[in-house]
Amino acid sequence: MGSERTNLLKFLLFSGSVLVAPVLFSGGYLMNVLVFVGINTMLAVALNLLLGYAGQISLGQAAFFGLGAYISGVATATYGLNPWAAMGCAAAIVGLIAFAIGFPILKLKGHYLAMATLGFGIIVYIAFNETVELTGGPSGLTGIPYFTAGTVQFDSDMKNYYLIWGFALMTILLSVNLVNSRIGRALRAIHDSEVAARVMGVNARLLKVQIFTLSAVISSVAGSLYAHTMTFISPASFGFNFSVELLTMVVIGGLGSVYGSFLGAALLTLLPEFLRTFQDYDIVAYGLLLILMTMYMPGGLVRIPAFVSPILAKIKAGVGKHA
Amino acid sequence: MLRVEGITQVFGGVTALRDVSFSVAEGEIKGVIGPNGAGKTTLFNIITGIYRQTAGDVFLENKKVTSFQPEKLALRGMVRTFQNVELFGAMTVMENVMVGLHTKSRCGILSSCLKLPSHLREERHIREKAIACLDFVGLAEDASLVAGNLPFGKGRMLEIARAMALEPRIILLDEPAAGLNSRETAELGALIRKIRGSGVTVVLVEHDMELVMDICDTILVLNLGQRLAEGTPREIQENPAVIAAYLGEG
Repeated sequence: MGSERTNLLKFLLFSGSVLVAPVLFSGGYLMNVLVFVGINTMLAVALNLLLGYAGQISLGQAAFFGLGAYISGVATATYGLNPWAAMGCAAAIVGLIAFAIGFPILKLKGHYLAMATLGFGIIVYIAFNETVELTGGPSGLTGIPYFTAGTVQFDSDMKNYYLIWGFALMTILLSVNLVNSRIGRALRAIHDSEVAARVMGVNARLLKVQIFTLSAVISSVAGSLYAHTMTFISPASFGFNFSVELLTMVVIGGLGSVYGSFLGAALLTLLPEFLRTFQDYDIVAYGLLLILMTMYMPGGLVRIPAFVSPILAKIKAGVGKHA
Repeated sequence: MLRVEGITQVFGGVTALRDVSFSVAEGEIKGVIGPNGAGKTTLFNIITGIYRQTAGDVFLENKKVTSFQPEKLALRGMVRTFQNVELFGAMTVMENVMVGLHTKSRCGILSSCLKLPSHLREERHIREKAIACLDFVGLAEDASLVAGNLPFGKGRMLEIARAMALEPRIILLDEPAAGLNSRETAELGALIRKIRGSGVTVVLVEHDMELVMDICDTILVLNLGQRLAEGTPREIQENPAVIAAYLGEG
């Protein structure tokens, strides 16, 4: 898990890179993509707390993301609430929903939990489509205002980049703290042996629900950020496909690694942009890459150093022999 | 300390335990023995809240704790180990014991996320205590190893260290000597005595008769889900019914 100091150093290094990244890519449309990397990082880290640490799967994360976006969107565009207040309301409502459904749902394990969360995701997706008066239905909700702070309006990619990455960095910092605490250890204990964790006095049921709720709240905040930077949302962004994509980010990045989730989010968000050169075959290349990565790097992107170093050592040894 | 009254457990058509009663005095080492399938582990699972019995009650320090969840029993000072060693395999030896200190600390999600001073103080305290627990079983040198990579004998010791971190009033050991060689078994015997010496009541299910006869104050014998005999090691060794059950009748 690394010591206190290396954790802090890692975080500062990472924050520094985030801070200067726009200087390298400024102006390009890549800035827009990097904004999405920030949002997806929040979502992937949130899911990783649940899946990678507590060992509980969720195929309904897109629903919490969507609920955050829609509650924020409707509250501001239709009812004229301030975006910041709307974001807070959305987080509170989504937190309550997650806490309420968490108790019955998290009694289930493995495939059954996957099915239950999948069902929840589909119900919410249908609700977005069918409650046309409220959400605008399949054609979406328009006219969502930008965030403002004093006289500054967050209406450009550059401003939104810093806004969203501020939240993403906060998510990362709080998550790293959490997983290295007594709560984080209890979560990993539940993952390895729930019965032993309970015998040690860990209230596994409550803790799972709490983490599920935390994960939902973070996703909801990401949803609000998304709504107020895009100013337009439609149900298509919050469907089953996106839940699976988030799951892929977490697995590809590395289960049980906060920074791994960033790597997974970055790769899966940037990859489609780079694969444009394959034109119609981009989806084939995308799929192929994912298959190869899961086959040869099951530990995820974050384990690349561990994956490469034996190969390097072998090469070195080989060179030594010939010399 | 612990009293069990009229425990009956029926699984489908099979009666695993029938009207079993016994009690454990404070500070004693109680052995539970019996041929395979006698219901020893089932009895442990009921006492520690993992199974819910068909009938009967469990009392801990004269308080009824029937069907309490394991986490609630942990708060009341009851802890156990498992026949098949249930370690947190992906975590380090140290972290395993730190989880054992869960009930001795109380920082929640919020203070952990924000790293409040109270959280930092508590973490330091947990670390110190965990090291002391590892010292107790002689695993301090292995603190940073991943628990899943420990040799089997050390895994058993770690499980006991983790349980002792809870500062229990009573510890239930489910076949602690299974899979240990004779040297390790002797060490285990000494450790169990040391545990009792620190004021903890011990109940153990065990097949290693030498160990049981050596360390237990009293022994309960189960056979086919029923209480067959109870007494001191000497009484049990001379009991004709016990001899018949172990050697087979006729």
